[in-house]
Amino acid sequence: MSYLDFTVGEPIADTKAPAGPIAERWDARRFEAKLVNPANRRKHRIIVVGTGLAGGSAGATLAEQGYHVVQFCFQDSPRRAHSIAAQGGINAAKNYRNDGDSVHRLFYDTVKGGDFRARESNVHRLAQISVEIIDQCVAQGVPFAREYGGLLDTRSFGGVQVSRTFYARGQTGQQLLLGAYQALSRQIAAGNVEMHARTEMLDLIVVEGRARGIVARDLITGEISTHYADAVVLATGGYGNVFYLSTNAMNSNATAVWRAHRRGAYFANPCFTQIHPTCIPRTGDHQSKLTLMSESLRNDGRIWVPKAQGDTRPAAEIPEDERDYYLERIYPSFGNLVPRDIASRAAKNVCDEGRGVGPGGQGVYLDFADAIRRLGRDAVEARYGNLFDMYERITAENPYEVPMRIYPAVHYTMGGLWVDYDLQTTVPGLFAIGEANFSDHGANRLGASALMQGLADGYFVLPATINDYLARNPHADPLTDEHPVVREVLAETEDRISLLLSVDGDRTPDSFHRELGEVMWEFCGMARTEEGLRTALRRIPEIREEFWRRIKVPGTGEEFNQSLEKANRIVDYLELAELMCLDALNRAESCGGHFREESQTPDGEAARRDEEFSYAAAWEFTPTAPVLHKEELSFEYVHPTQRSYA
Amino acid sequence: MKLNLRVWRQKNAGAEGAMATYEVDGVSPDMSFLEMLDTLNEDLILRGEDPVAFDHDCREGICGACSLVINGDAHGPERTTTCQLHMRSFRDGDTIDVEPWRASAFPVVKDLVVDRSAFDRIIRSGGYVSVPTGSAPEAHATPVPKADADFAFEHAECIGCGACVAACPNGSAMLFTSAKVNHLNVLPQGAPERETRVLDMVAQMDAEGFGGCTLTGECATACPKGIPLPSIAAMNKEWLRARRKVK
Amino acid sequence: MALAPSKDTATAKGAAAKGSASAKGTASVKGTASARPPSRTPSRGFWSSTIGKKTVMAVSGLIMLAYLVAHVAGNLKVFFGPEEFNGYAHWLRVMGAPVLHHEWGLWLARIVLLAAVGAHAVSAYQLSRRDIRARPTRYVHRRKGSSYATRTMRWGGIIVGLFIVWHVLDLTTGTVHPGFESGRPYQNVIDTFSTWYGNTIYIVAMLAVGLHVRHGFWSAAQTLGVGNARRERALRLLANVLALALTAGFIAVPVGVMTGVVN
Repeated sequence: MSYLDFTVGEPIADTKAPAGPIAERWDARRFEAKLVNPANRRKHRIIVVGTGLAGGSAGATLAEQGYHVVQFCFQDSPRRAHSIAAQGGINAAKNYRNDGDSVHRLFYDTVKGGDFRARESNVHRLAQISVEIIDQCVAQGVPFAREYGGLLDTRSFGGVQVSRTFYARGQTGQQLLLGAYQALSRQIAAGNVEMHARTEMLDLIVVEGRARGIVARDLITGEISTHYADAVVLATGGYGNVFYLSTNAMNSNATAVWRAHRRGAYFANPCFTQIHPTCIPRTGDHQSKLTLMSESLRNDGRIWVPKAQGDTRPAAEIPEDERDYYLERIYPSFGNLVPRDIASRAAKNVCDEGRGVGPGGQGVYLDFADAIRRLGRDAVEARYGNLFDMYERITAENPYEVPMRIYPAVHYTMGGLWVDYDLQTTVPGLFAIGEANFSDHGANRLGASALMQGLADGYFVLPATINDYLARNPHADPLTDEHPVVREVLAETEDRISLLLSVDGDRTPDSFHRELGEVMWEFCGMARTEEGLRTALRRIPEIREEFWRRIKVPGTGEEFNQSLEKANRIVDYLELAELMCLDALNRAESCGGHFREESQTPDGEAARRDEEFSYAAAWEFTPTAPVLHKEELSFEYVHPTQRSYA
Repeated sequence: MKLNLRVWRQKNAGAEGAMATYEVDGVSPDMSFLEMLDTLNEDLILRGEDPVAFDHDCREGICGACSLVINGDAHGPERTTTCQLHMRSFRDGDTIDVEPWRASAFPVVKDLVVDRSAFDRIIRSGGYVSVPTGSAPEAHATPVPKADADFAFEHAECIGCGACVAACPNGSAMLFTSAKVNHLNVLPQGAPERETRVLDMVAQMDAEGFGGCTLTGECATACPKGIPLPSIAAMNKEWLRARRKVK
Repeated sequence: MALAPSKDTATAKGAAAKGSASAKGTASVKGTASARPPSRTPSRGFWSSTIGKKTVMAVSGLIMLAYLVAHVAGNLKVFFGPEEFNGYAHWLRVMGAPVLHHEWGLWLARIVLLAAVGAHAVSAYQLSRRDIRARPTRYVHRRKGSSYATRTMRWGGIIVGLFIVWHVLDLTTGTVHPGFESGRPYQNVIDTFSTWYGNTIYIVAMLAVGLHVRHGFWSAAQTLGVGNARRERALRLLANVLALALTAGFIAVPVGVMTGVVN
């Protein structure tokens, strides 16, 4: 049986979101949720996997509440999680500018930006909480940009019409993460968090239908150990690295969420990936990752390609009337500031027409010549100096003199483990927060909203909702490694590792990862077709089969072995990739970051098909073919319209 | 380009290490230093040899994981992180020495990977503001003068890579510690714990076995984020002030 | 990509702390758990802290620096002839009179100086020990001048320390000074600087003093928290001026004797 033989199961009936006016739902849920007596909290152990914005803030907050937190990260320090690389900023409906912003507007923008594929209740809660996040982070000492009066500065970001984005130069993610890391550090010092760095989760232990622990590998000694708890929280980020080349960190991976999926957690909307339009193009086969250039560059830079195909003249020698400022031409009112998905697709189209620039023709110009003429070089330097330096460091080209070359790259995954309003997966006791879950961004995430969601989940949502689960399931029998379920999970993990080591083939882990990435980028990237997706669904099992025949992993499992880590992650990418393609094939509409060529308007824009696809696709794992469960999305407050940026 | 690499190889923490020599051919000037090591490792795997272990993650100069001493310089010849160092900084035929961070507080884990958990313990000893989630006042309740906010930011940029320790002939962590102390101590939010923070963090830093500061300035030269040397003087001032205030 | 396997070529040679591959030498490159200094309980104590010890060094150093300034001023009186110079030497003994008894002022100064030298040396020794322990393994690839300041301070400090011993035995007690006459300092000075070794020792030591003051003064300012980005240039300048003025002032005396300006 192949993945194409998937079946449609029962729809998801209850998301646990309370009824009633949307602005009161979060209060209602918090009031209805049962509480755990403070004296009993320390008897509860909670496992948190990951220490990014979501995991770090959740671990710290749960520990402050009195729970005993056992936390894991594969990095050498919890401070290095990839949230640290976020540049632009964090949205919050503070309305400090008095420019008409409100919780409702942030809610509206997010639902609309997500192309009507997110759950309204969750999004509204996110907008409400955004305000508290800023307060919390400022109190922690996060050095946000300030005005001369000492008050916080904000800017407009990602094409929205209000200035609601708080930022710390181009390092907002770093500063917010360090805030969470410091709060976590304080709890580690207090003995409330047991921190396991350089330890990677390899599987989930589900006993009697409830998540009860994880199997993890100490990356230094190779020792495989079990850890038990009353609840497990996955804050392990997105799965963009399925594409091999992405803006994710090299070690960001999908193993935790995929293993959880195999143990019963539904995986929702796996095909929703965000391709960021402004990344530095690749330079050759050696490329190991792609680097994002902040979206803010599009505020002053003009994007263009030559009008003629195969024009290899240097940019400066191409006269003005032979340049095609295609975004300004196609979208006269938004111009270069169209949303990410639209800008990315337009770049792909002009490159597909053979008008791309730079080596391999996979790039478009982002030109600051006009801005420098208009504002002066100093003003441009003040705004973008650090980004220009970074660009020059990587490409050895001076963007003050020659236009930048940019190209879209995989950046963020809106899909993830399906969670209810409480952020609980379909496995009771297993929660997913941050990018690891699917919930708030629908089919496209707005700029500066990832940080907001990660911190909302970790600081405020999960700590309120997990109480309810623990209060209702107060006494779990203690587990030992002798329990038959645990023995089985352990044996599976050990078998997988010894199998990887024993094949001793002739191909490196990276070679398979690269091959998979090429298939995914080609067929499940910026534009998808039924034919292409079917090709991918045929190719992926072939790669997987070849992987298990020809993989070569040097060394042993009982040592620091980075090749083994990589290979083990690729095993999961090779399965997840198939589900992504299946989901993309099933969703025969275009929405947000998911563009099906068969479903477009006469102007070539994404055409949603609400009658058929106004649902979140939650996939259940079975040993044969997946089962699709639909969560119908209803829009009571923001009525679906076709997005238009022309 | 063709390069001669001399790389520190050490099987594990307890093993003896040595420099090993490799010839790497077909290096493109557009490769990052780590991508050059990737290609070496691909070949080593296919030859059945153990690839070179090194720490890396974001590869965009912000996570602080990468940590190589290249020709005696922490993060190599340019003022940046190893992951942002490109091969165009070298010439065809160069011999390049690659070594791990050296400090007794950073023991080698394997090859070029070291254990930097001492930094985490320094932060745990006081590098935070005690503000439980939910207890924060409205963000605009306390204005912060722009100069102070900028000063805090300049120090908060530290990525905790440890290049300062690696570059210091005394293996001192003063620049790292001072960056965090100054970031939090200048802000009104950090004021209530101002004295205990600096005293405890310095005490922990000393307990970890880092050396003292002789103000050689090597740390600030190596710092990829440009944490300035006067940061150390500012922390000394905080420490002396705290000694006077706390009995 | 071609690859030459020559893994053994550069084995531990030069890698160990002492640059040898002997069993003893390589032991120090191990990163075992035991190679790590035992993590002590953090202490907030003044003296147990590296910053505390540095503060002691800074304060004692500044005391000695102040003394050197007075000293060089006194030395330069040698250019005004024996009467003025010997008169000055005599005044040092009656300094503070009539409140202080004969030589009490001098002894007070001597005690303070001795304490400063002792504190400076002990903290320097302890800090150096600690610094060397903190970086037991050197890089195989050595950079030029990477620890210039540290080395000059350590060796320079030792040179200056030895010089002080000789200097006291030579011109205060006269123990190593053939023909020393108590109460005739002018003559004794000319005596010392009429020998080649006296001049050599003195000039080398004064150059060491200059270098020591140059980094030491600036360093003390940083340790005491006076330094910041704005004052950086002024402090560097002041350190250089002080170092230069002291060295030139001190060396002027032997040069004066050698050239016959002073006789």
